Amino acid sequence: MANSNIVLHVADVHKRFGGLHALADIDLQVEEGKTHAIIGPNGAGKSTLLNVIIGKLAPSSGQVVFDGAVLTGRKPYQINQLGIARVFQTPEIFSDLSVLHNVMIPAFAKRDGTFTLNMLRALDSETTIREEAEHMLEDVGMLNRRDMQAGSLSRGDKRRMELAMCLIQHPRLLLLDEPTAGMSRHDTNTTIELLQKIKSRGMTKVIIEHDMHVVFSLADKISVLAQGRIIADGSPDEVRGNPKVQEAYLGGAH
Amino acid sequence: MTNFMSRNDLLLLVGFTAVVLTMPIWLTPFGAGYPDLLQRFMIFGIFAVGFNILFGLTGYLSFGHAAFFGVGSYAAVWSFKLLTLDAIPAMIFAVLISGLFALIIGFLSLRRSGIYFSILTLAFAQMSYNLAYSVLTPITNGETGLQLTLSDPRVLDAAIGQSFVGQPVPTLLGQQLGGYAGFYFCAGFLILSFFFAQRVAGSPFGMMLKSIKSNQTRMQFTGFNTRPYALSAFVISGMYAGLAGALLAVTDPLAGAERMQWTASGEVVLMTILGGVGTLVGPVIGAWIIKYFENILSALNDNILTQFWSFLPEGFAEIVVKVTSKFVGDGWHLTLGLVFVIIVIFLPGGIMEGVRRIAAVARRSGPPGAKSHQHQPAE
Repeated sequence: MANSNIVLHVADVHKRFGGLHALADIDLQVEEGKTHAIIGPNGAGKSTLLNVIIGKLAPSSGQVVFDGAVLTGRKPYQINQLGIARVFQTPEIFSDLSVLHNVMIPAFAKRDGTFTLNMLRALDSETTIREEAEHMLEDVGMLNRRDMQAGSLSRGDKRRMELAMCLIQHPRLLLLDEPTAGMSRHDTNTTIELLQKIKSRGMTKVIIEHDMHVVFSLADKISVLAQGRIIADGSPDEVRGNPKVQEAYLGGAH
Repeated sequence: MTNFMSRNDLLLLVGFTAVVLTMPIWLTPFGAGYPDLLQRFMIFGIFAVGFNILFGLTGYLSFGHAAFFGVGSYAAVWSFKLLTLDAIPAMIFAVLISGLFALIIGFLSLRRSGIYFSILTLAFAQMSYNLAYSVLTPITNGETGLQLTLSDPRVLDAAIGQSFVGQPVPTLLGQQLGGYAGFYFCAGFLILSFFFAQRVAGSPFGMMLKSIKSNQTRMQFTGFNTRPYALSAFVISGMYAGLAGALLAVTDPLAGAERMQWTASGEVVLMTILGGVGTLVGPVIGAWIIKYFENILSALNDNILTQFWSFLPEGFAEIVVKVTSKFVGDGWHLTLGLVFVIIVIFLPGGIMEGVRRIAAVARRSGPPGAKSHQHQPAE
């Protein structure tokens, strides 16, 4: 396989919590522009893996390389500035601020970097960023909620807003931790449509998901995690037909 | 700049200015229209506005801001002693020194957040207080406090051949800053401070501070290094405290270590919470109420109370006097405590939340086009 189009490489990562081997010998290669799903039963280490990639957890050994840059050891804000954004399992949003401001803030990070002392500039004069945020909200179908306090949104709307907060940064890699967990079937389908829509923009995505309907609608490639190890890797069809996967996950879940 | 200020902000600033400048008139019926108290209203208003930039916007609760207030006072008095009796160099000197001091303490304290941050600031402030009393006596003059004397060098004044007869008093371009002149001098700074705080709160930087308070994790995963933001807010609020301390030295050129004690740090926390954390006007109102109670209630005594309740039947009046006397004079803290408890329980957002609720009721019953005093719903 040509290495040039591998944008994210999780190389030989182990993670131990005391006696628990949460991740063992993880080797994961994500191709540019593809949607890579990580599935597995509860406690398989999916969220741990995502936390290692994003810099929230340090691996016990091994490293994560993004586009030639080693992520291991970098701070979360530095990793974000390299072009990686993340949607959390429980939406991490600015509950006290308006929906519009929630979406504007990441745009400032993209434009101005990790720190700017622009305290004498009026927020009202930032028309470009405001318009950008409004377009983004329109994209996710939330423009009519722009002045609402983010904390008062429904769970599904909070997720959609969090997605908008990530997308406005035009990240090269988007990490999604169960983006449809706790959503109604209708909201799930809207989210799938939205994710399919942004697929055409050439953004690489790593997605952790329980919902097989979501996984098989979006993923180009699937890695199956069980007890901290990758037990299968391949296209959705290959994974679906793999007897090991049937046993460890698909079979057990149904 | 076309979007220099929004209409609402401008109205708020104009209204605030008008209220402040007419204080000597409208506070007279309340017995508070004298310059000494008015000056304190201005000074502690500035202290609270600055404290709110850190605590209200960023959410970091400092229990040591009196240290910066004290440093401002000392710096101003030293400027009066060494350079000139003019107030302006003293103010600049005080703000710079307290800003530098805040940079060091903030840098160390902001390694932690939450309760650990509060304890660190408290520890640094108590350390400063004790140093001012003991080791640093050559700079602070210890228990006596730092005062102006006739023999001070005042090199700039001496260079232009200015000399004083009697006790030296701070001036502004030769004008003495006592009484109402002192009040208007402080009022000018309060209005400027308020204006600057408005700009900060309404800037992208201010929005980042509010986001740090709201969700620091998301800020970090959004690509912001939150520490320099929090440190900037810390230094700005430290400079505000230094400015307020310097003004206190201008109106009363004596700096003592007790200004740095933890009770003084706690007082500005009370002011901010009482008025409304995170609002622009709230902390100022909180400062005014606490200083009003401190000066007016503590001045009441049994004689005044007997006179006040004299309309009640004899015997009963004596009981009432006896009960109420516990709440005034030295007991004014009891009244303040009760008011504070009642406000925090029933109006967690402080007095400003009360104002908002009344405004909301008035708007519902009033005409639909009634003028809105409220800001963004999300604020």
